Amino acid sequence: MDSLQSLADGFLIALTWQNLGLALIGCLLGTIIGALPGLGPSNGVAILIPLVFTLGLPATPALILLTSVYYGAMYGGRISSILLNIPGDEPALMTTLDGYPMARKGQAGEALSISGISSFVGSFFATWGLVFLAPQLVKVALLFGPAEYFALFTLAFATLGGLASRNQAKAAFAAALGLGIAMIGVDGQTGVPRFTFGEVHLYDGIDFLVAIVGMFALSEVFTFLEHRGTTQATGGDGTVKLGRITPPVSMLKQTSGSMARGTILGFLAGVLPGAGASLGSFIAYSFEKRLKDKEGTFGKGDPRGVAAPEAGNNAAAGGALVPMLALGVPGSGTTAVLLAMLLALNITPGPLLFQNNPDVVWGLVAALFIANFMLLALNIPMVGFFVRLLMIPPRYLMPGVAMISFVGIYGVSGSTFDLMVMIAFGVLGWVLRKLDIPLVPIILGVLLGDQMEKNLRRAMTISDGDVMTLVASPLSIALWTMAIVGFILPMLVGRYLRPKIADTDAVEGADPD
Amino acid sequence: MKNSSDRLLGIAGLVLSGLMIWGAFLIKESFIQDPLGPRVFPIVIATVIAIASATILWRPDDEPLWPAFPRLLEIGVAVLALIAYAQFLPIAGFVLTTALCGGFLSWRLGTPPLKAAAAGLIISGGIFLVFRIVLGLSLARGPWGF
Repeated sequence: MDSLQSLADGFLIALTWQNLGLALIGCLLGTIIGALPGLGPSNGVAILIPLVFTLGLPATPALILLTSVYYGAMYGGRISSILLNIPGDEPALMTTLDGYPMARKGQAGEALSISGISSFVGSFFATWGLVFLAPQLVKVALLFGPAEYFALFTLAFATLGGLASRNQAKAAFAAALGLGIAMIGVDGQTGVPRFTFGEVHLYDGIDFLVAIVGMFALSEVFTFLEHRGTTQATGGDGTVKLGRITPPVSMLKQTSGSMARGTILGFLAGVLPGAGASLGSFIAYSFEKRLKDKEGTFGKGDPRGVAAPEAGNNAAAGGALVPMLALGVPGSGTTAVLLAMLLALNITPGPLLFQNNPDVVWGLVAALFIANFMLLALNIPMVGFFVRLLMIPPRYLMPGVAMISFVGIYGVSGSTFDLMVMIAFGVLGWVLRKLDIPLVPIILGVLLGDQMEKNLRRAMTISDGDVMTLVASPLSIALWTMAIVGFILPMLVGRYLRPKIADTDAVEGADPD
Repeated sequence: MKNSSDRLLGIAGLVLSGLMIWGAFLIKESFIQDPLGPRVFPIVIATVIAIASATILWRPDDEPLWPAFPRLLEIGVAVLALIAYAQFLPIAGFVLTTALCGGFLSWRLGTPPLKAAAAGLIISGGIFLVFRIVLGLSLARGPWGF
């Protein structure tokens, strides 16, 4: 029970006034970010990173703050799904299917409270999953050499693409584009500049924070400009009556099974590299519908149809932290953004993180438990406060988001050049979104490109240039096999798994989780 | 032509890949050597881009819904406004430029002009208050120190 001992130590770290305060601020901000259409977990966390960075917070508090935002956004997304039929973020899309009909029936309060409780159940048990699964994964990761790491990164890109897009060619294009962007700058091994066009600013490479904020936050502004005047851009009129904000016991009983199933499925979806919370809620809802929808009440305001996806997306959020912390390979867009922050703080996740900085890992996990209770408190009794915030129309919100993005990036680098690069990434992000090219593999490529190449070249140096070293161990053969299967399988079954999410209008403007 | 966006994307990807490979051969070899060198990985990536682009070119998806020309112009103007913002930020200071740019974006997103101007001031003032005064972040100083 090493994990429990470490967790107890983690609580000692998390239970300082500063960390508790940051967790509370994170929960509050996260719920708001999740609730506001147009701001989701990944772009919300993205615009906060440079700010956290310039404030000079150490790693543990910074990670506590941003992960609380991440968890909070998973709670908050449901609010606008239920009240306005507009998902606050992509994972909350499935919640609109039964949440909004419930609100129409005058059960808005019940829907909000049952989904709040489901969110709590999902993330609470997923955090336990993190406690027990991550150390196991670390043990496996300790066996990894450079060749295995190279295979692991390939696996991450292969599976990420499979679930993030309907078109594998586009997913591969995105990943390679990101890796290509990572090549810009001085080569770390030999010290020669690559693809810098003689521009001194590029010698350090493209700062991934600049790329992330541009792609996730600025491109959102352009999307809103494009859709101005449609319902998505104008927000709701906010005349929904809340009703009671505690669920009847019978409803709790009725939905407890759905929560349990949603939690398990969501967690598994989260742990898989590349799947993330949207898939978690989608699988949880579809499974629940197939299993329980005997009277055809799903889609017409069945509380189980609210409980399952909410438990699913919150559990997936916890699950996605497992590969991010244990292997340094994020399972979703937001965990990629969190990884960016760790790298910016000079902390490399993976087995070494658990050995050298156990305080960061376990302090974070303990803080997540605490944050969960805070979120429950914020999201059930105080839900009315967030409902009022929803009335901020995007035409005021989005300029604010854009300006805060600039403040953050300018605060980190103080350079106009980086601001221009950010704008370029914003435009690129908008165009690529229109072309249905997933942004998450690009970000992952920019983040991991350096390490991927480093591991490849290290493996080559060790073997003195023998390419076969990449498939020399059983572990790397297994990873390559998984990568190939993970890339090809979605081409065969992907269209059955994802079509419903990908074909909805809202997704184009929604941000990845 | 049907699906022309994806075809253009495929062609652009092939061109990009070609440029990358050409660029990779321009990388100077260093006196520090490792078996793989700095050129190989970029070339591998460029090859992946080429294969992916060829596939997109060969089997394009449905044409996305591009906005009509006025909306494209709108986005273009917003980009120009942001570029101007980035350029003037260090010269004119944070508060003025942010109020102007925030107000402009809010106006273009559909707020009536006067309200948009107010929104710009509130955004700028709010960020200044929270980030400069409460959190002590350094924002761009203009000639007036704010």
